[in-house]
Parts: sequence; structure tokens; C-alpha cells
Amino acid sequence: MTVQSAPLVDIRQLEKRFDLSGSFLEQLQFRNGRFTRHQEYVHAINGVDLQVHRGEALCVVGESGCGKSTVARTIMGLLTPSGGEVHYDGERIDQLNGREVLPYRRKMQMIFQNPYASLNPRMTIQQTLEEPVCFHHPAWSKAEVRDQVQDVMQSVGIDPDWGVRYAHEFSGGQRQRISIARALAVDPEFIVADEPISALDVSIQAQVLNLLMDAQESRGLTYLFITHDLAVVEHFGTRVAVMYLGTVCELADTKTLFASPRHPYTQALLSAIPRLEDDRPNHIRLHGEVSTPVNLPSGCVFHERCPYANERCKQEVPRLIGSDTGGQVACHAVQEGRL
Amino acid sequence: MALLEVNNLDVRFAVRGGDLQALQSISFSLDKGERLGLVGESGAGKSVAAFSILKLIAQPGYIAGGEVLFEGRNLSAMSERELRQIRGNRIAMIFQDPMMTLNPVLTVGTQMVEALKAHRRISTRAARDIALKKLQKVSIPSPDKRLDQYPHELSGGMRQRVIIAIALLLDPDIIIADEPTTALDVTIQAEIMALLLALCEQDNVALMLITHDLGLVSQVTQRMLVMYSGRIIEQGPTKEIINDAQHPYTQGLINALPQMGEPGRRLYQIPGSMPSLSRIPPGCPFHPRCPFVTDECRQTMPEYVQSGNVDVACYEVSKLIEQENRAPEVTP
Ligand SMILES: Nc1ncnc2c1ncn2[C@@H]1O[C@H](COP(=O)(O)OP(=O)(O)OP(=O)(O)O)[C@@H](O)[C@H]1O
Ligand SMILES: Nc1ncnc2c1ncn2[C@@H]1O[C@H](COP(=O)(O)OP(=O)(O)OP(=O)(O)O)[C@@H](O)[C@H]1O
Ligand code: SF4
Ligand SMILES: [Mg+2]
Ligand SMILES: [Mg+2]
Repeated sequence: MTVQSAPLVDIRQLEKRFDLSGSFLEQLQFRNGRFTRHQEYVHAINGVDLQVHRGEALCVVGESGCGKSTVARTIMGLLTPSGGEVHYDGERIDQLNGREVLPYRRKMQMIFQNPYASLNPRMTIQQTLEEPVCFHHPAWSKAEVRDQVQDVMQSVGIDPDWGVRYAHEFSGGQRQRISIARALAVDPEFIVADEPISALDVSIQAQVLNLLMDAQESRGLTYLFITHDLAVVEHFGTRVAVMYLGTVCELADTKTLFASPRHPYTQALLSAIPRLEDDRPNHIRLHGEVSTPVNLPSGCVFHERCPYANERCKQEVPRLIGSDTGGQVACHAVQEGRL
Repeated sequence: MALLEVNNLDVRFAVRGGDLQALQSISFSLDKGERLGLVGESGAGKSVAAFSILKLIAQPGYIAGGEVLFEGRNLSAMSERELRQIRGNRIAMIFQDPMMTLNPVLTVGTQMVEALKAHRRISTRAARDIALKKLQKVSIPSPDKRLDQYPHELSGGMRQRVIIAIALLLDPDIIIADEPTTALDVTIQAEIMALLLALCEQDNVALMLITHDLGLVSQVTQRMLVMYSGRIIEQGPTKEIINDAQHPYTQGLINALPQMGEPGRRLYQIPGSMPSLSRIPPGCPFHPRCPFVTDECRQTMPEYVQSGNVDVACYEVSKLIEQENRAPEVTP
């Protein structure tokens, strides 16, 4: 493998569990005359492998609670993985100490879903944008910092007059624009955007999506883009990873995934998007409710809702393997040629 | 006669510093068994419209003008007791927030039985039987068990099924559903919508579906209303509007949606954002964002004009229609 084709971000067998059982004392239960220790975990992600290549926009989709944000936060170092590794540009970064991780804090930036909560209400927009620049470039003069911030404001279409105002004076779309400016102010290479437009109105979503696409082109950015809106994925994504209950069930380039989804969950998901003008809904109906990541089902995580499940599905976890369409699918039915 | 008729409804919020106009002269009607969509972005006034129809608008909101007729009877002229007979009984509402319908400290069964007994003279046992039947109707797994469960013990999808069962409890003529599926995942959302539709069709119940999802409206409804800043700016058959929107705002909304088959294209964007109620500009409320704005637009709110079967409030559209009418027939 040549150096150029190495992925920018590479996560391997990533796992994250959250302990729900509280302190040691709270875990103790008295049952049948004996104390037993009772522990309960949320298995938020279970062995996820993903590579993000330079210059691409890898979209991650899936239902609420399937672990998208957990993947994002673990990559960003905001959560410590329970297992597995995170590599950035060939370096393992999930075990670095405070000082070693600093350069990555600049190169990797995150944009959050809620533009209302992610901006400090006590800072003016100018301060909000200058702060990360000063932090990552302590040697820069005041003038240099200001120039950098001016440039960024211009590139995302923020009026310089906004500088003296506070976040609460702006609409959702304007705030998200400010969050994007803050992420771009430190010249990152890689941006994780966790549902950056979900909280915004339709008429504003297009503004923010365009802005992200422009920034990608002019700055050569790489994105990990999390969303549950498939229309946005189709528009924005180079490749798509579909997640279900903490695992990746299908990975393919966008065109392929939309043209010929292979995994039964992806098929159901795509058929469920309400599209303009299609007359009779032609949904693949799934039965059963989404299982919880507290009691993960055995075998394939999807088997309880899957119309193609058989005995093997109930017992054996399917692995991601290459499919005939060039993507990767984790499904016994596909592998066995039943689907 | 339409089942429900809303004429020039004005709703205001009395706040410090004067009244805020939340709905301005809203008019529309709903026939028996019809499916009507109400779309618009956050803050456009969709929920206020739904609440006002049932005279459920709470302080500081009040109805400042207009009328709501149900089967020709004016709701404003009714006593609170008569109104209660209509709410829940003849017109049911599914709220945006499921917890507005469900009481967290009562079991599903108790809530359903109470709702039935409030409107009908029946025994608890008979009420429980009806409740069970309705739960079966919404295809909830093990319905008898659900009767004794509390709302928090149910998943989001099941909770929404229970809410639909409650809406159906008294065999209403109209269901007003305010974003009934936004809190749910896409696959579950599709399931619940299909269920709601099938049940409405089966019993010829009229559905007023409030949402900001144009895709959903285009699939589910026969007619639609587009709201902006408390006004209906366009209304008519859903197909006509989706295929050939007249109002620049509706056009913008439709063009701004990422569409199949054009990845990477820059999306059309409507500049600016919808103003808050205290800053609604004079004239056409959309004028600061409109590419076709003229002086006329800045001064007075445009009247409705008819284009095909669609009513639109826009000066540009009325000009286009005039031009078309004036244009001489050209023979090639
Ligand atoms: N700090 C935490 N403690 C306990 N459980 C957590 C924590 N953070 C997340 N979880 C659980 O982990 C699972 C995955 O959550 P995550 O936020 O990654 O989902 P998501 O795919 O981003 O969902 P959404 O689309 O709703 O944002 C969920 O079941 C969630 O409840
Ligand atoms: N109690 C209130 N006092 C003052 N203004 C209010 C009050 N309740 C609602 N409003 C305003 O009325 C307008 C319409 O609100 P409404 O809830 O109907 O919007 P909506 O179209 O349902 O939006 P969403 O899609 O977010 O639910 C908004 O600008 C809102 O701020
Ligand atoms: S592996 Fe089996 S259970 Fe899982 S999705 Fe494929 S067919 Fe269904
Ligand atoms: Mg999330
Ligand atoms: Mg609302």
C-alpha cells in the first residue's frame, strides 16, 4: 500500500460501553440469601471498523441511539474507547496524553447538532472565534489573530458587524454558521459534523450544507458527517456507513448504496424515506421494535426485525465482507446468496 | 357544507409592549374523510393554528377575530361544556409532544377508560373492552399487557401507537395530528404513518397533518396549506403545489431540498430566515427574502389570486397571471 492511499482516519474494532450500574454499593443486590454484584452496560458501539480517506465526506447514518455520536466523540477523544484503536494520519491517538494530543486538537474539529448550546453565551462572536486561534497559536500577534478571524468570517459569509454581538442575538442558521467559522478558524484538516443541520429549518439547511460543501472544496477538508437524513447523505456523501445498534451493517460509496442497497436494514431504511411526488408509499415494512443496546440481541443485531433471519442469524454475528457491488455488507443472507 | 370551516381566524399573544399577531386571517376548510397537510417552518404558526381550532389556545394567546365552524356550528358561540363534547369526541388531537396526551402516573388502561367514561355512559368493564379493541387496531404487540403499563415502560414507537389508539377511542370525525412522527426513527415513522392513514381511510376520518416534512405531505395528503409568519401564503391540491409551486417561498422550500440524482450540486438557498413575531415586516411577510420583491410587496399584504386550483398570495404571481391573460393567442 502506498503512503497516499493510507486513510486519514482509521478506527479499528472500536468499542464503547457505558456503565449504567452506578457505584459499587449500588451494584450490590441481595438475592436468594446472597449478595451478588449486578452490573449493567449500554453497549453503544461494538467493534466498528471505519476508514476515512483524505478529501472525502464519509456519512454515517442510522436510527437514533445506534451509536453515531459515540463513534464521533470517541474519534475526537471526547470519550475513551472501551476497546479498539483510533489512528490519525498513521499515528495511534486514543492513548495520547494531554500535551501529545494538542496538535490533533487543532487538525480535528467538531461541529455539533445544537447551535444553541455549543456557543458560549457570555462571549461576543469576535471572542468566540479568536479564542481557539489564540489557544493553538500562542505565538501569534493580536493583529495576526484578527486577520485570521476576519478571513474566516468572510469565507463563511459572516458580516464583520456581528463580531461585537452575542450568540443569543442570532438565529439557528446564523449560529451554526458561527460554529462552522469557529471550527474553520484553526485551519483543520478533518471535521466531524454531528447532525449539523438537524436542528435547523429546511430553508436554512440548504445554506449550511452549501457552506460545508464550499469549505470542503476551497480548503480540501475531509469530513465525517453524521446524520439521519438520507436525502442529505445522497447529496453530500462520498461514501456511506449505515449503522444499526452499535455496528456497521453496510458500507459503500453513495451511488452504489442508493442504487443497490444490499443489507435488509439499508433496504428498509431507503424505502422509508418520504420522497416528493411518489404516489403510493412502497415501504418495506419492518416488524418489531428497535432492540436496546442494554440487552444486545445475540447473533445479528438486526435479526429480530429482519424478514430474512434464519437460525444462523440468531446465533452468529455476521462480519462485514465485500459484496458484489463493491461495498461491504454484514449479513448472512447476502453472504449465503439468499438475498 | 364542509365538515370544518375556518374563516379569517386571527390569533394574538398579549405580551408586554403590545399584541403579537400569531395568525392573521387564516381561512381554510376540511371535508369529511379528506387529508389536509399544513406545512411551514418552525414558528410559522402551525401548532397555534391547531390549538386555536379547538379553542385550546392558552394565555397569553387569544382569538382576536374570525370563526371556526364545525358542521356549520360556530365553536366561538359554544359553552365550555359543548366544546368538551366536540374535543376528543368529534375532533381528536395528536400533539407534537406525546407527553401532552399521556399522563405519566396513570397506566395506559386507566387513561383510556377515563377518557371513554368522560364522554360516554358506560361501565368500566365495557370501557376496558373498547380500549383493548383500539389497542388491537393499532397492532401493538400484546395489547392486553399494555393496558396495565405506564407510558414510560413503552418504546417511542409503541407510545405513538397508544396515542393513535387514544385518538381513535371515541370514533372522531377529524384527527388533527401535530408532527405525529417527528420524534421517531425513519423506519418506525413510515410504519406509524401507514397505520394512521389506513385507519383514517377505513373509517372515513378526516386528517389534518401538521409537519415540516414536504416529502411526507406529498405522499399522504390531498390538499395542503403553506404557512409563513402566521399567514397562509399558498393553498390547494398537494400534487399541483409540489409539481408547480407558485409562491416564491414554496418554490424556494422545494428547491432547497436535496433531490435524488444530483449529488454535489449547490442547493438553492433562500437567503435570510423567517422573522420572529415581533419583527414581522409590513406588506408581504416574505418580502425581505424574496427575489421578486417590488415596492408594492413592501407596503401591503397581497390578496389571494387563483392559479389553476391553487390560491396564492403573491404580487409576482398575480402579475404573471395577468400577463398570461393579456397575451394574444399566437398561431405558429
Ligand atoms: N454518557 C452516556 N451514558 C450512558 N449511555 C449513553 C451515554 N451516551 C450515549 N449513551 C447511549 O449509547 C447509545 C448510543 O448513543 P449515541 O448518542 O451514540 O446515539 P446516536 O446514534 O448518536 O443517536 P441520535 O441519532 O439520537 O443522536 C444510546 O443507547 C445512548 O443512550
Ligand atoms: N405563549 C406564547 N407567547 C408568545 N408567543 C408565542 C407563544 N406561543 C407561541 N408563540 C409564538 O407563536 C409563533 C407560532 O408558534 P407555533 O408553535 O404555532 O409554531 P409552529 O409552526 O408549530 O412551529 P414548530 O414547527 O416549531 O412546532 C411562534 O413565533 C412562537 O414564538
Ligand atoms: S444477517 Fe440475517 S438477520 Fe441479519 S440482516 Fe442479514 S438476514 Fe437479517
Ligand atoms: Mg447523536
Ligand atoms: Mg408546532
